[in-house]
Amino acid sequence: MIRNTAKKIYIALIFIFLYAPIATLIVLSFNASRTRAKWGGFTLKWYGELFQNEEIMQALFNTLFIALVASVVATIIGTIACISIMNLKRRSRTIVMGITNIPMLNADIVTGISLMLLFISMGLRFGMGTILLSHITFCIPYVILSVMPRMKQLNPHTYEAALDLGAGPVYGFFKVVFPDILPGVLSGFLMAFTMSLDDFIITHFTKGAGVDTLSTKIYTEVKKGIKPEMYALSTIIFVTVLVLLFLVNKAPSEKNKK
Amino acid sequence: MNKKLIDLKNISKSFDGQMVLDDLNLYIRENEFLTLLGPSGCGKTTTLRILGGFETPDTGHVIFDGTDITKLPPNKRQLNTVFQKYALFTHMTIAENIAFGLKIKNKSKAYIDDKIKYALKLVNLDGFENRMPDSLSGGQQQRIAIARAIVNEPKVLLLDEPLGALDLKLRQDMQYELIRLKNELGITFIYVTHDQEEALTMSDTIVVMNQGYIQQIGSPEKIYNEPENAFVADFIGESNIISSTMIEDKLVEILGVKFPCVDTGFGCNQPVDVVIRPEDVLLSSPASGKMKGVVTHLIFKGVHYEMEVTANGFEWLVHSTGMFPVGTEVGIDVDPFNIQIMNKPASEDEEAVGVNE
Amino acid sequence: MNKKKLLGTPYFIWSAIFIVVPLCMVFYYGLTDKSGAFTLENIISITTAEHSKALWLALVLSLISTLICLLLAYPLAMILCNMNVNQHSFILLIFILPMWMNFLLRTLAWQTLLEKTGVINSMLGFLHLPTLNIINTPYAIVLGMVYNFLPFMVLPIYNSLAKIDGNVINAAKDLGANGLQVFTKITLPLTIPGIISGITMVFIPALTTFVISKLLGGSKVLLIGNVVEEEFTQASNWHLGSGLSIVLMLFIIVNMVISAIFDKDGEGSVL
Repeated sequence: MIRNTAKKIYIALIFIFLYAPIATLIVLSFNASRTRAKWGGFTLKWYGELFQNEEIMQALFNTLFIALVASVVATIIGTIACISIMNLKRRSRTIVMGITNIPMLNADIVTGISLMLLFISMGLRFGMGTILLSHITFCIPYVILSVMPRMKQLNPHTYEAALDLGAGPVYGFFKVVFPDILPGVLSGFLMAFTMSLDDFIITHFTKGAGVDTLSTKIYTEVKKGIKPEMYALSTIIFVTVLVLLFLVNKAPSEKNKK
Repeated sequence: MNKKLIDLKNISKSFDGQMVLDDLNLYIRENEFLTLLGPSGCGKTTTLRILGGFETPDTGHVIFDGTDITKLPPNKRQLNTVFQKYALFTHMTIAENIAFGLKIKNKSKAYIDDKIKYALKLVNLDGFENRMPDSLSGGQQQRIAIARAIVNEPKVLLLDEPLGALDLKLRQDMQYELIRLKNELGITFIYVTHDQEEALTMSDTIVVMNQGYIQQIGSPEKIYNEPENAFVADFIGESNIISSTMIEDKLVEILGVKFPCVDTGFGCNQPVDVVIRPEDVLLSSPASGKMKGVVTHLIFKGVHYEMEVTANGFEWLVHSTGMFPVGTEVGIDVDPFNIQIMNKPASEDEEAVGVNE
Repeated sequence: MNKKKLLGTPYFIWSAIFIVVPLCMVFYYGLTDKSGAFTLENIISITTAEHSKALWLALVLSLISTLICLLLAYPLAMILCNMNVNQHSFILLIFILPMWMNFLLRTLAWQTLLEKTGVINSMLGFLHLPTLNIINTPYAIVLGMVYNFLPFMVLPIYNSLAKIDGNVINAAKDLGANGLQVFTKITLPLTIPGIISGITMVFIPALTTFVISKLLGGSKVLLIGNVVEEEFTQASNWHLGSGLSIVLMLFIIVNMVISAIFDKDGEGSVL
């Protein structure tokens, strides 16, 4: 009994630790005072002004655009790569997987500067394009690492059976293999999307002047003080995701109960 | 007869409101090979886990050698378990796996080394000390799991479907091995399985369970030849189970035909179930049988032919060394002592449903 | 030629251009000076007082953070594992969810919480307890590191705990092990891959961070990550910055080798 209470208190403390800053940000988004140090009463005005603030809206658009394009491209390249990696010989597979692991294990700062040096030497103009290339690069490993285990569980004979029954390779793949690896593809996509959305460090080194994502915008605002509209925006994003996840999670959990 | 070693008294257990064991009573004698047999969900594994200490019964007591051990944690019990899928410690060598229990009891190194050698020899895996569990085949891992349990010299060894993951040939070999082990060790084995053949081959006593109730307890011969109800008859081997009427002592009416039998005490004109094993159905020319029928199926099985004969609206399953082609008219007869009379199930709960394996 | 193998070509080319080549460039810049001549100067500069101090501080703070994460995460993972939440994805979710609130904002929120007149101190003052003045000190950086990277310790440990077959634990008990013995002889050794993976996932980003130290350490505390970042964005000395990155990569490689030894099957992965 005492042990159970202690466990619950421990979990509660950790959750307070994890979610206290988030609660703080949500509270700040309703703060009438412009500085975060003082509580100036409840207001909704930042939510209104947010949509008038073109810079923030542009940064939001950039962030979502980059995350979406990068994760879609990464999912396609990564999933296709998995098929090929499965068919490689043991040794080449180890090498490919080793290289795939580099962006995951390497420090973001090193990945960031290494890509920056590459883009400079290639003579690319820094901007949306370079950010996209970088994001796709660090997103692919998340896709591969979540699709691979599914691929390994796959019974190779189902694909062969499809071919045996007269399916072409492409038809066979989409009808037989793809449904089986779909959960892995989806979670890889979500992972890539989240990582791209939350990334600051790599974007910091590979963005050009004039292009900002939410992260880099916040970083430049740190010294001047964060605009309260930013709190309002992140509250909206967080609550939206929370609601979406709740809805998505509710459906399958009811199915599982039976 | 040996003395009682374990006594399960009025054991009940439910999970999430679902009754798994209902007022179970069972005793196990010293040096007995006892098998809990039944389809999945019949409560056999729960019974074993209660014995091992991994579950506590909602009501009832577990008496071990005169002491109540109902609430004793598993690490304090004088019995050891061989788990389904072996549950070997994958991060330890075979020798470390076997030594695990002995090290916890602070036995001397020399004693432990001796025991490892002895146990590996006993399960025919000498020289495997330094291998890792993952590098062993299923059958070998199973032997290690047994070795790991028996070095602790338990009074009782609990085995939870230990052969379930092995292929047929290996399973048969391991059955002989287990009988040999039991005889060499001279301890009690409590064995859980859903495989009736396994149960018939190895056991001194079989406990047939279904839906949380014990259906019958007895020797393999008794369980096979004299099933007490339709569930047992159907679960153990193939059989013809026919709803019939007991006219009087030693006379039963099956499908409208009166057959002499040897059972008494079922009353007069009582509904009963009759079990006739396929090998006990005698086929002859239509004129000489008690009942006429037509052969509808014929398969050669090696030792015998398997036939289906439709007679008086019932599909009889027949095993016979003589062959009658499909379409042949035959006569059916059964010797009186091969007709096994059983009571109809008394309640819904005990009814012979859920035979899904 | 196997058609299936050809399917991977786009990725193989991609990873060569965007993973392998850039790393070679870091080595090229790190081992040359502005005129392009080979030099070890950039790497040796780690021994200067300023740089070695930044590296040392980063090492100390990241090791402390990693240790704290481990000590907090292990019991947490065990509790979560025993809670019978058979929904693995739910656990994953709780820890990934905060990532949808921007990482910089979340870290900045700690300023509000930790300030002299911030939320925590107001609460402490209300309870007549001594106030906490850790903002702009190394303590605040450790807190920021633990806060940001704790999920990366919890998830791999949780995953390796969840993988342990309940009957393996039962078998140990059956063979006479008490609760403590089950933990030290079975649970802990079986979760080593998860622990190692967690340590990697926390230690590397903590060692190389420049954001957390900038946001919570004021400008007073300089870590090796800040030095590298400034060489690239302000001083524009890419050669020096690359040289120092090579030093950082040495730590990363050592860490990768260690985890490769302990986690051969990739068991402790986060996903």
